[in-house]
Order: sequence, then C-alpha cells, then structure tokens
Amino acid sequence: MSDTKTARYSRADFQSGQEVRWCPGCGDYTILASVQSFLADLDVDREKIVFVSGIGCSSRFPYYMKTYGLHGIHGRAPAIATGIALANPDLSVWVVTGDGDGLSIGGNHLIHVLRRNINVKILLFNNQIYGLTKGQYSPTSETGKRTKSSPMGSLARPFNPVSLALGAEASFVARTIDMDREHTVEILRRAHAHHGAAFIEIYQNCNVFNDRAFVQLTGHSERLENRIDLEHGKPVTFGRDNKRGVIIEDGIARIEEVSEVGIEAIHVHDEHAARPDAAFALSRLSHGPYGPTPLGVFRDAQRPTFGDGLEDRVRSARETKGPGDLNELVRQTGTWVVE
Amino acid sequence: MPSKTPPSALSKHTPEYETTESIDHVRIRFAGDSGDGIQLVGTRFTEASAIFGNDVATLPSFPAEIRAPAGSLSGVSSFQIHIADRDILTPGDNPDVLVAMNPAALKANLPDLAPAGVLVVNTDAFTERNLAKAEYEEDPLEDGSLNGYQLVKVPMEQLTREAVKDTGVTGRSVLRSKNFFALGLMAWMFGRPLEPTLAWIESRFAKDLATKTANTLSLRAGYNFGIATQLFRHTFRVKPAKLPSGEYTNATGNQALSWGLIAGAKAANLPLFYSSYPITPASDLLHELIRHQNFGLRTFQAEDEIAAVGAALGASFAGHLGVTGTSGPGLALKSETISLAVAAELPLVVIDVQRGGPSTGLPTKTEQADLLMAMYGRHGEAPLPVLAAPSPAGAFDAAVEAVRIAVKYMTPVILLSDGYIANSAEPWKLPDMASLPDISVPFATEPNADGEFLPYLRHPETLARPWAIPGTPGLEHHIGGLEKEDATGNVSYDPANHDRMIHLREAKIAAIAGDIPQAAPDDDGAKLLVLSWGSTCPATSAAVREVRETGRKVARLHLRHLNPFPRNLGDVLGRYPRILVPELNRGHLLRLIRAEFLVDAVGLSKVRGQPFRSVEIADKIVEMLE
Repeated sequence: MSDTKTARYSRADFQSGQEVRWCPGCGDYTILASVQSFLADLDVDREKIVFVSGIGCSSRFPYYMKTYGLHGIHGRAPAIATGIALANPDLSVWVVTGDGDGLSIGGNHLIHVLRRNINVKILLFNNQIYGLTKGQYSPTSETGKRTKSSPMGSLARPFNPVSLALGAEASFVARTIDMDREHTVEILRRAHAHHGAAFIEIYQNCNVFNDRAFVQLTGHSERLENRIDLEHGKPVTFGRDNKRGVIIEDGIARIEEVSEVGIEAIHVHDEHAARPDAAFALSRLSHGPYGPTPLGVFRDAQRPTFGDGLEDRVRSARETKGPGDLNELVRQTGTWVVE
Repeated sequence: MPSKTPPSALSKHTPEYETTESIDHVRIRFAGDSGDGIQLVGTRFTEASAIFGNDVATLPSFPAEIRAPAGSLSGVSSFQIHIADRDILTPGDNPDVLVAMNPAALKANLPDLAPAGVLVVNTDAFTERNLAKAEYEEDPLEDGSLNGYQLVKVPMEQLTREAVKDTGVTGRSVLRSKNFFALGLMAWMFGRPLEPTLAWIESRFAKDLATKTANTLSLRAGYNFGIATQLFRHTFRVKPAKLPSGEYTNATGNQALSWGLIAGAKAANLPLFYSSYPITPASDLLHELIRHQNFGLRTFQAEDEIAAVGAALGASFAGHLGVTGTSGPGLALKSETISLAVAAELPLVVIDVQRGGPSTGLPTKTEQADLLMAMYGRHGEAPLPVLAAPSPAGAFDAAVEAVRIAVKYMTPVILLSDGYIANSAEPWKLPDMASLPDISVPFATEPNADGEFLPYLRHPETLARPWAIPGTPGLEHHIGGLEKEDATGNVSYDPANHDRMIHLREAKIAAIAGDIPQAAPDDDGAKLLVLSWGSTCPATSAAVREVRETGRKVARLHLRHLNPFPRNLGDVLGRYPRILVPELNRGHLLRLIRAEFLVDAVGLSKVRGQPFRSVEIADKIVEMLE
C-alpha cells in the first residue's frame, strides 16, 4: 500500500458511530482504540481498508469501524478474507477473530490462510474463554479450567497460538497485549508493513468470564518478571535489570541467569531468519501467560504470496494467449458445419 | 415396473451376403476394465461420428475407484454412444452393439444388450483367471449362453501384438493400444472415417512415439480386420442427421457449464472468481476453468467446501463474480455460507453437480435428489433462486442465466446439474457470442440518500440493494449476518424490522418470476402433461415423441427455473387432468408442485444411479393414458 492522499485522518474518522456493545471494562475497547488510532496515522485511503470477522465478541469489530466491513460466520473469516484479498490486491484486508472463532471452529481456515501466505492481517483476540456464549472453556483455556461446561475442570491441553501459526508456515507472527496500546500499535504497524499473511495474537482480558487471565503480564510487579520483549538483533533478556536471558540449545529454549551463562550465550533474536525454528523455540517458553512469556515479533520473513502468484499467472496467460475470445473458447474441441 | 427391452436395431439382419445396410440409428457400448481406455475410445468414436454429421448422445459410466482390481466386476468401465440420422435426445436404452474387452465387462453389460444384438468379444481376455474374477463358472463363449446374439469373437490382443511387431514397440504400449483396435473395428463396421482419430492420436501423443505408433497401427489393424475377415459380412451406415444448419461442437455438460460461466461473467462485465474443493463429478469445472485464466478469471482450490464458498462470497463482496461448484455433500457444507449470502445480499453462483446419495453414496453416478436441499436446505427464512441445466449443451445457457439473476437481484443462485449432464456429451449448435445479452449491473459509486450511502436502500423494481465494492471512496459500509435495519443496513433486533426484512427478501426472489420465460407446454390437445426438470429433459422428450408416434396425445413441459416457478405455472398445470413428473429421486418436484398448486400429480421415480431410459417414461405415459 503506498497511496499518497494528503488529507490524513483522525481516530474519529474510523469510528462508525454504531453503539459499541462490549461489556464495560472489556479489553476489546482498548484494542479498538489502538486499531483506530493506528489506522488514522497510516498512509492508506480509508476506502481501501476492509475488516472481516467471524462470530464472537471480537467479531463485532467491523461494525465499529468506519471502513468496509463484513461480519461473516463462525470461523470462516479467513476464507472470506482470502476471496477479498485475491479479488482485489490493492485492498488492505484485516481479519478479526478470537480463540474460539479462529482456533476451534475456524482452525482449518486459519492454518491454510497462513500456509498460502494470503496478504491479510489476522488479529486473534485471545481471552482464553467463550464470552459471547457466556463462559465455556476455549481451545486456549488452561487444562483443568473450571467453567460452566467444565465444572470439574477441562480435560484438553490448550493450543499455543504462536506455535500453531509458526507450524502453519506463517511468514509473520507476533504477540501483543490489549493493555499496552503503544506495543499494540507498533505490532499493527509491523504487520501492515509485511507483505503476506500476518498473524497477531492479542492477549485480551475478558473481565466478565475470565478476569485477570493475563495478570502475569499486566500486573505491576508480575510483568517486570514475566514479560519478555523480543527485539530484533538483541539478546533475549528480561526481568529486573535484564538479569535473566534465554538460551536455545538443541532447538529448545530455556531461561538462565545471564550472570551464570554470560551475555554471549544468550540467544540473539532474528525475526528474519529463514527457518522458523528459533522463533518456535521461543514460543515454547510458555504455553500461555503463566510465567515468563515473549511478546513482540517472533517472525517476519519474506516468501512469495499466493495472490502475487495468482496475478502473475493471469497476466502471463493474457500475454501468451490474448485476452480471451468466447468464439474460440467454445470451439476449442473442434467444430463441424451442418448445411 | 420392469421396462420392456426393445429389440436391436440390427436384429432383423441375417448376414448372408456382404452388404451395407442403411439404418437410422444405432447404440454402441464399449465396455472393459477401467484401465482399458474405454472412456477414451468412446470419446473418439463420438467425435468422429459428430464430425461425420450424425447426431450423438453419450453415457459414460465408470467405477468410483480409480484403480479397481483389474478384471473384476467392480472395475468395469463403459461408454455408450447413440448415433442417428435425426435429432436424438438420449444415449439410448439398450445397446445394439456391445464390445466387451474382458469377461467382467461381458457379465456386467450383457443384461442390457438388445435381443439379437451384435456382441464383439476380445477372446484373448477370456482366460481361466479372468473368468474366475468375473465369477463365471463356465466360459460363456463356449457354453452356448450367447446363442441369442450375433457373437463376433476377435483375439484383439494377439492381433494388436501382430500389428505392431515390426515397429520395435514393445511392452505395455502394445497391449494398452488394444482399445484402438476395437475402435478401428467399430469404425469399419459403421463406416466412420479414421482421419479425425488419426489426427487426434498424432497431436495427443506427439511426444510419445511408441504410444503414437502403437495406437495408430492398432486402429488401422482393427479397421482392416473388418475388411479382411469373413466374420462380418454386414456393415451399417448411419447417414448424417438433418440437424438445423449451423456450426456445431461436441461438449460435455461440465465443459458447456464452464464456458457458460465465462460467457456469463463477460456479459456481466465482471471478472470471474471460481473457487472449489475437489469433488466428483464437479471437479472438471475447475479443471476446465483454470485453462482459461487469460479471460481474467481466477480459480482457487480451497482447503474445504466451506472455504470454497467463503472465498467466492468474499470475491463477490470485492466486486468479482464469485462462483463455487460442488456436489451434494459439498452443498450441505456450504449451506451456512449460502444463508450468509442471502442475508448479505451479494451475488453468488453455487453449482451442484448432483450424484447419488445420501452421504458419499454413488459418487460417479447420477441422481436428482438435491432439489429439496437446494430449495430449503438452509437455516432461517432463506429463499433463493434455483435453476437446473436441462442437458449437456443446455448447461451453457443455464450458467449464463444463473449469472444474470445473481447479479441483477444481488442474490445467491443455486444451479443444479448432475453426473449425467456433467460427463455426457451431445452436439451443440453454437450460439452467436455477439448476441449474448448485456447483463451487467453498475456498481454504486455515489451516495444514494442525501449525501449518505445506505447499503440496503433497494432498487424500486428489482428490490436489489446497491453493490458498492471496497475501494469506492465515501461508500464505506459493513454488511454481515446479523439482521439489518431496512435501508441503513445497521444491526437491528427490532421485531417489526425483522418481519419486514424477511418479507422483502422473499418478495425480491418471488418477483423474479416476472423476469423469466412463462411456461409454454409443447401440447397437441392432450389430457396428460409430462413435467420434467434437469437432466430428465432428453429422456422425457424422447418418450413423448415415441408415444405420439403411436397416435396418442401427450403434452410436455420442461422447467428450467425451479424457484421461483414461471408465473403462469399454476394455470398451466390446472389445465391438465393428469400430470406425470418423472424424476431421478423419490419425488422432489412432485412434492413442490403438489404443495404449491394443489394438483393431483403422479410421480415416476428412478433411483438407480442411471438416467431414465425413454422407454421407461413412455411405458408410464401409455399406462396413464389407458
């Protein structure tokens, strides 16, 4: 996207005027504000922006955006967005989904949109709970979680969305958190600048059904010990005075005291690494926001997009065979004339 | 009701002298193992006959397994072709000639062969092992069980081997070319020119000298065998048909439908976006379309049926003509997204190439049992237009019409085809492409209500909402599955609004009845009307013609639009004391017209994975007239 309109926008230009109907205190409000102010600063014509969503609390998002929007059906937003992005490569297409929408009912579409590297940006609001249906465990709820549908604790192991995205060959994978608007905006900017599919897991607090799920990363004292900010080209250190660091050995990441292993032993983060192995190892440091957890860009690698390939095929077909003639089309298998 | 088996068109001939007999039609069936190249020779024979000027209709039949065990009954593949010197409508009922390449092919197809029909058998395949695989206890060539037929025994493999022995071609290429020997033999017997087939072999196997040589020599050997041998004393000639003058091609339904989509998109001035998931018998639509990307069309093989329709709908939102194709199981999976398209009021064409069901059913066989799913298989009040292709060639116009309605009325449309239409071929008199109507509908580019854009403010006549595509400045809006407020499109849970929107969506679809041809039965003052839809059209037409030739009166009406029905359909049906509805299902259209018009119609049901034979319908008509 490199449009050059001079009249830029304010955040209000992206507010649809529809009454926002999330619960008071929901993390979605913060994310909405972050996205609107990010778009206002972006150099993209508003009419070229499309928000597509599925079903769930997060999926109400398009109604609150004064852009083009399609509120789809449960889990299918990546498929619908794929059609939009392939039909018009000039559009900036954003998918808003949640842990239930994107990882449960829509899991298949999510992995394939990432595998194909369709040029869409996927924001997965992960609150680790089904909110709109009033509190069942989700595919990211921790094992043993007690909910209405799991009164004795859930039996299943949760997905790690970043690991899943990396495993699905995603070319851009990042994680951020609703409360940190500055971080969210920066990650959105990076996703936008990436040509290809971008996957952002956004930890989002559901204050009604799963309050304080991310307290390890938001609490004043907790976050200092647990938040690992990934920065390209820098050793992965965290904690008070960056005393702790991550080393990767035999493909496995673990946490050490920097003073014990030496700073040179600490893994230096490379977003652009051709292989996703190190990014995957970092994603395995924590299976959820329960201890030291990396935030930031795990991977930002370039590889061909499906859409570019498709456009190339159409272009070269037109160059070699001409624009297409219906009379030739229906005569391709031969004809005969009856007098 | 069992149908009578008509005698062979060739049965009256007692070959005593070497003669050439003129006949008006003949039905030939090639049958062999699924690895024997039966579909290929059937298609070549069809092509040669069509180019010769006969009218042709074909019925391919093949197992669902890609490589069923060789020589087994489950692995039998067949291809029937009906050639005639007049316009014919069906692949014909019982074949007059059966070419059986092995015992299993004989066993599976002999029950269909007309009495005293010609039976050409590849004797080399009648080994003890193959006889056992076909579950024959005695060799039918020796036990007298074939005495009622004109049995012609040909050692095809030996003769094929002989034909190519000096060429240096060895191995599998030799035996695999025995299908061309059979083709050559039939070409001689029915006076087909070899040239079209020779030219085809030349271009098809240009890069494979061994196969090209083997096939060419086998074809000629088969033809020459006919000339030289004393086995045949009689050949047949089917004169060119007196078809309406014009330029013709031979097209399968899947081809014609694909071309219709391309033509429809062009007439609508929209880029075509076709997205699908592989499924028999619809996959050939994708295979055909991707070859024509130079028309600016995009194809997308999605991860599943749901993604296929989702991507098509997304493409429509972005200003393409979104189309998805599938078969019954896939239509079931797409159901939720089609309902979204009803609510979002976006154009979308959904093609269902029906096959035998339920579930995986008979993937390679035909059936018409998805009509009620197409009509009602959605949640909520979700009416949409339903059309059906009447024949292989008729699939072209059906596709253009589906596009026209989808775009003009901003609605998903279901277009029904079926396995028979998909794979069968018939001559198609090519329309003048310049005469394709302009069916384009302009995108919205300006606000439509005092400087505002209301995405659900409807066209006063068609009730269609405006189509504003992303990228259009000032028309930013959102659509989706939640109920819309009339005009503004804002989310609304208001009871009165929901009621109004349901009625508006219903009225929009119902009004299409005024925009389609009225029902005009082919009538000669009859008391009985035969009402058909979809692929029963050819068999019904043939049956009506046969009955009329006996001096009886019977009227016929074929429906291309199943929702809405033509506006005068109720009046038309009301004129007939008796109505017969033949269907390859348990009575879908029958239920619809009985419910809608309170007529006492009678159904004729067939659910055997095969199209109707005209005699089955003719017998029922006669029974009802007596």
